[in-house]
Amino acid sequence: MAEIGTLADAIGELVADGDVVALEGFTHLIPTAAGQEIIRQGRRELTLVRMTPDIVYDQLIGAGCARKLVFSWGGNPGVGSLHRFRDAVQNSWPVPLEIEEHSHAGMANRYVAGASGLPFAVLRGYVGTDLPAVTTSIKSITCPFTGEELTAVPALNPDVTVVHAQRADRNGNVQLWGLLGVQKEAVLAARRSLVTVEEVVDELTPVPGAIVLPSWAVTRVAVVPGGAHPSYAQGYSERDNAYYAAWDPISRDRDEFGRWLEQIREAA
Amino acid sequence: MSTTSDAVTSHTSDEMMAVAAARALSGRQRVFVGIGLPSTAANLARRTHAPDLVLIYESGALGSKPDRLPASIGDGVLAETADAVISVPEVFNYWLQPGRIDVGFLGAAQLDRFGNINTTVIGGDYHHPKVRLPGAGGAPEIAASCREVYVVVRQSSRSFVERVDFVTSFGHGRGKGDRERLGLRGAGPTLVITDLGVFRPDPETSELVLTDVHEGVAVDDVRAATGWDLAVAPDLGRTPPPTDQELTALRALKEASK
Repeated sequence: MAEIGTLADAIGELVADGDVVALEGFTHLIPTAAGQEIIRQGRRELTLVRMTPDIVYDQLIGAGCARKLVFSWGGNPGVGSLHRFRDAVQNSWPVPLEIEEHSHAGMANRYVAGASGLPFAVLRGYVGTDLPAVTTSIKSITCPFTGEELTAVPALNPDVTVVHAQRADRNGNVQLWGLLGVQKEAVLAARRSLVTVEEVVDELTPVPGAIVLPSWAVTRVAVVPGGAHPSYAQGYSERDNAYYAAWDPISRDRDEFGRWLEQIREAA
Repeated sequence: MSTTSDAVTSHTSDEMMAVAAARALSGRQRVFVGIGLPSTAANLARRTHAPDLVLIYESGALGSKPDRLPASIGDGVLAETADAVISVPEVFNYWLQPGRIDVGFLGAAQLDRFGNINTTVIGGDYHHPKVRLPGAGGAPEIAASCREVYVVVRQSSRSFVERVDFVTSFGHGRGKGDRERLGLRGAGPTLVITDLGVFRPDPETSELVLTDVHEGVAVDDVRAATGWDLAVAPDLGRTPPPTDQELTALRALKEASK
């Protein structure tokens, strides 16, 4: 059963230095508050996994929490590049960042394999591109039935997956709706999981398109209203487009970013 | 961005590009839409000549009908107006991979003479790039599995290059027959639309050829903004300028998203 507690306790107990950590959310329900708590607690040497690393990963990378990034698209959606990510790749600042780069289809299938208890996934992907030449976790495989050449990618099984959802009940069953991204697969693929939620309610009444992650499939739940800001939680908040734009000048400049980091560390 | 004054209503080169890209969706049914220019064009098509066009966004919105331009592929308006909201693995495995989508609509940081797309790194080598770009996203499989691919890109000699620094998404490789050799099912880039003109692959060589120039653009302007020795179609067409109706619809979409 998922235990309901505070965000700081959950991060402290679930995320260790050197872990493989996935904070998922496909532009909706991004667990930003949890990412900033990881920064606050000073975790190091993390392997960060995410299909679409955006602002919160830029923050984690700039803060020096990561040694490696496994991803398929790293940018500030609707604005441009992630400059802390670029600085890490281009200049090894503040620490070198190893990258393992895939496509969305490949990453999604890696989570599916992880959630399914399989060692790898098969897809029609990457053919003709330069990605297999730079990413060793993309291999060719022959179909044993048809002889067709396909692509195999290994399962992703994070030590910890963190996602944000609209709500949970008092037993820790989690309900989320709207754009679902790859959160269900990422939670089921992980050894441990944390879900931050907008609120805890007595009963999870039906919502069109909603999915439920049963309490016994989740390790921890923490109530963090607005924990997906600057992304949004459908039914609770709107995407803060101005924040995405405002992040660009902070991210571009190491000193500006340093000042931002101090504020985050002080805001306990 | 230039402005021409001899059109019905004065318009920018970006508006011309969006209108030309929207027109290209005529007769198409299902389009996989990237954010930015492709999304602008696909939504404009829905607002003008193609009200039944099915828009599919990789965030899991199937059949979105936004009344404004989404700020990102995860904009709430995409889910709220969709026929169905599905998970990301489902988007790629059930809807894209089997070839259910007519047109993949992509952007590019770099595009080469055979329509290969780079959105990964520019300059240096992969591990020490001069510029690190966002990366692949959904594009490699969109480019592989959609029946056709349209690319919308602002053109310059920096973006239109002889050979991309990194093949993020496969176009026509190094020429005719490369896609077939690799077993790719879709036709690849059949149309490239820029702020200057329209390009299509030569049926014999698969090299991109200038087939249309936009109103007010000279062929020499296009050559100057192309990083290879550009071939020009003998029956070169001229893109009609945006109509008042197209411009009004485009500006209303942009205004609504402010």
